[in-house]
Amino acid sequence: MTVTPGWYMALAALLFVIGLGGILLRRNALVMFMSVELMLNAVNLTFIAAGRQLATIEGQVAVLFVMVVAAAEVVVGLAIIVAVFRRRKTASVDELSELRG
Amino acid sequence: MVELTLFVIFGICALFGALTMVWARNPVYSAMGLMLTMFSMAVFYVSNGAQFVAVVQVIIYAGAVMTLFLFVIMLIGVDKAEDRAEKIFLQRPLALGLLVLFGVGVLLAGRHVWVTGPAQGVDAIDGTIEAIGDQLFRRWVLPFEITALLLIIAATGAIALALFKNDGGDE
Repeated sequence: MTVTPGWYMALAALLFVIGLGGILLRRNALVMFMSVELMLNAVNLTFIAAGRQLATIEGQVAVLFVMVVAAAEVVVGLAIIVAVFRRRKTASVDELSELRG
Repeated sequence: MVELTLFVIFGICALFGALTMVWARNPVYSAMGLMLTMFSMAVFYVSNGAQFVAVVQVIIYAGAVMTLFLFVIMLIGVDKAEDRAEKIFLQRPLALGLLVLFGVGVLLAGRHVWVTGPAQGVDAIDGTIEAIGDQLFRRWVLPFEITALLLIIAATGAIALALFKNDGGDE
């Protein structure tokens, strides 16, 4: 049995759904942030698999760009989480409800 | 056959790591699960002929990003128990139902709609540093420079967030 790129895409879809579940079900800002990283990784896997299916290197170049953007996002996001924690002493997004209408 | 074995083993590892990340109470366990998933991803990249991207994955994601996450977890404190009671009515069952629906929809759509362009078989392409650099510094050199600018902006923003004290906060 041969492993086709479709298998990797199915696995990536499962990982993406698990990451989405982390965002919807968890209240800890750090874990939600890790779920975003997981979703980005799942999309990276589809890029690699599609690049192999089409026999082009552009999929891997796109993955490099996604990694750079994810790194920038991690830097700013973690700084925001730390700044919020210094003000409010909590990392739970349920506590940050002052902007509700 | 080798690829099938690797796919099964590390697919299970990736799913286990992802589920651990979502379900673990302790954020450190969450970070460890995510690290396992990222290492499994690196194995998949090698199976798909993306050796350089796999190395970058291990160094940047499993190394730098997860170290940063662990630093922040330790800074914030790991001993706080997360309150799992949901404040929004029916949020959890609705979320789970939507997730199942979404996952089944994606998998079904993936069976019928395939990527555009002619399929080239399952031969691994060679993602060496030379091949990627050739594309990156010829065709994609402008986006590459823009990412450099983006990283500088992100680093400056992080420093600004960490340095400047708030005036008149609510603590």
